Amino acid sequence: MIKIRSLVKKYGDHIAVDNLTLDINENEVFGLLGSNGAGKTTIIHMLATLLKPSSGSATVNGYDIVCHPAKVRSSIGIVFQAPSSDDMLTGYENLQLHSMLYSIPRHTRKQRIDEVLKLVGLTERRHDQVKTYSGGMRRRLEIARGLLHKPKVMFLDEPTLGLDPASRETMWRYIQRLVREEKMTVILTTHYMEEADILCDRIGIIDKGRIVALDTPKGLKAGLGGDIIRIKTRYNPDKISQLDFVHKVEQSNGFLVLSVNNAKRDLPMLLRHVEAEIVEFASPTLNDVFIHLTGRKMKEEQPEGGFAEKYAKYD
Amino acid sequence: MAKVYALWLREFKVFLRERSRLVASTFTPILWLFVIGSGLGSAAPSELPPGVDYQQFIFPGIVSMSIIFTSVFYGSYIIWDRKFDFLKSVMVAPVSRTTVFVGKTLGGMTNSLIQATILLAIGVAMGIPFTPLSLAQAAAVVLLMSFGLTSLGLALGSYMYSLEGFQMIVSFVVFPLFFLSGALFPLDNLPEWLSVLTAADPATYGVDALRNLMLGTGTYGVELDLAILVGYTAALGAFGVYSFGRMKAV
Repeated sequence: MIKIRSLVKKYGDHIAVDNLTLDINENEVFGLLGSNGAGKTTIIHMLATLLKPSSGSATVNGYDIVCHPAKVRSSIGIVFQAPSSDDMLTGYENLQLHSMLYSIPRHTRKQRIDEVLKLVGLTERRHDQVKTYSGGMRRRLEIARGLLHKPKVMFLDEPTLGLDPASRETMWRYIQRLVREEKMTVILTTHYMEEADILCDRIGIIDKGRIVALDTPKGLKAGLGGDIIRIKTRYNPDKISQLDFVHKVEQSNGFLVLSVNNAKRDLPMLLRHVEAEIVEFASPTLNDVFIHLTGRKMKEEQPEGGFAEKYAKYD
Repeated sequence: MAKVYALWLREFKVFLRERSRLVASTFTPILWLFVIGSGLGSAAPSELPPGVDYQQFIFPGIVSMSIIFTSVFYGSYIIWDRKFDFLKSVMVAPVSRTTVFVGKTLGGMTNSLIQATILLAIGVAMGIPFTPLSLAQAAAVVLLMSFGLTSLGLALGSYMYSLEGFQMIVSFVVFPLFFLSGALFPLDNLPEWLSVLTAADPATYGVDALRNLMLGTGTYGVELDLAILVGYTAALGAFGVYSFGRMKAV
């Protein structure tokens, strides 16, 4: 659906996007994960024909981004980092304006607007001015706008940036819903590890304008060697290491540290064989992957608790 | 065409909802008309055409002033659109830059026309001898002028990224356009240097055309005014289209 070949964007001496080559498949949710200033938005802006590449090429839905910008634009929907609707208009009017800009035929306009409003849960508020909307609602209106013309590709540039945790989770549900119901290729950028993990089929980790890793969230984490279970037990470590799902056993501070593929699946099995006083487990997070790959933490503050802890809490 | 209509409709709705904008920009010309008109009128220059008092004399000038200010100021809305990323959302749609420009310009012309209409109504009340024909002709001149000046404002705005920068345009473009247009004084006995400047000001021909139509007196004659105005307007429109074409999207 998207083919990027040796794409470069320079601003003077600064190289924002450095020789990027990447293929994104149809109906895939692809995440560009990286810290602020890594070049994610620049990539999106080039693919959306808002910026001209310094060199290299890319096609979206089969159309070259430099030679056929109008065709590319008709194929894509985009949600920018900052909401871009007109505050003074109502949600409905904003959608009406854009449905005309995208030449949606008059007789299907109203029906399509109602559809997308329903999809993002804004039907009730459609006749209120956008200035009365909350941050999350504005973001959802942007998504509705991006969906109006049934684009083949949807770009979501930091779709939950600046939202509170509750709105962020609501947003995730809407994004998952649109992936399910509208069947399109989605490219999202984010610097929230958790977000990329939950939403994306594949993730490209971007650092200084380059892709430093490209895999499924699972694959990226597996690259670090699976999950870890820590137990306090009187059992013989040698006996535990004979269990077939345990890769490695180490002792540390009176605990046994076991490496396993999937702690959540393997823990109950382990407890069938072993009596333990204390059990803890952790999964490597994309954060760990990022540190492993770039040698530093993401610039942005991470929410309290790793991914595994959160899941342990929710399940 | 539907795209131009959509963009215009947005401008029009926003204009109707921001009443304070309309009130403020209508109040200033009225202030000029009555305070400057009466104040300076009591010491009126003897050069005024016979049978026309100073307040009547400056009336076409004040209508022009409203057009100049509204139209050029309107250029700042392109900066707002950019600031709030609305512009980006339009640029990423399959819409040509010229379409964006035309939609925006029609919005500005509509604003100017509404304000001029309010002033023309005041003019009727003041006893300016209008006929239905001369009113319609005056409206046409208003539209022509505001097309040119809105284009100018939008073109200049398209190069700017901050509203503070646009303030400079007010000092260096709006006020000279207004003061040099002969809105407040007759053009006939000016010093040489000043008459060169007034002759170069596009607004001069708008003021003169309106004065011809409303008061039956003027410097150049309405045909010449219109010809020059059309020339200026076409050039400014082209400048606007060119500027929007090279405007950066992000």
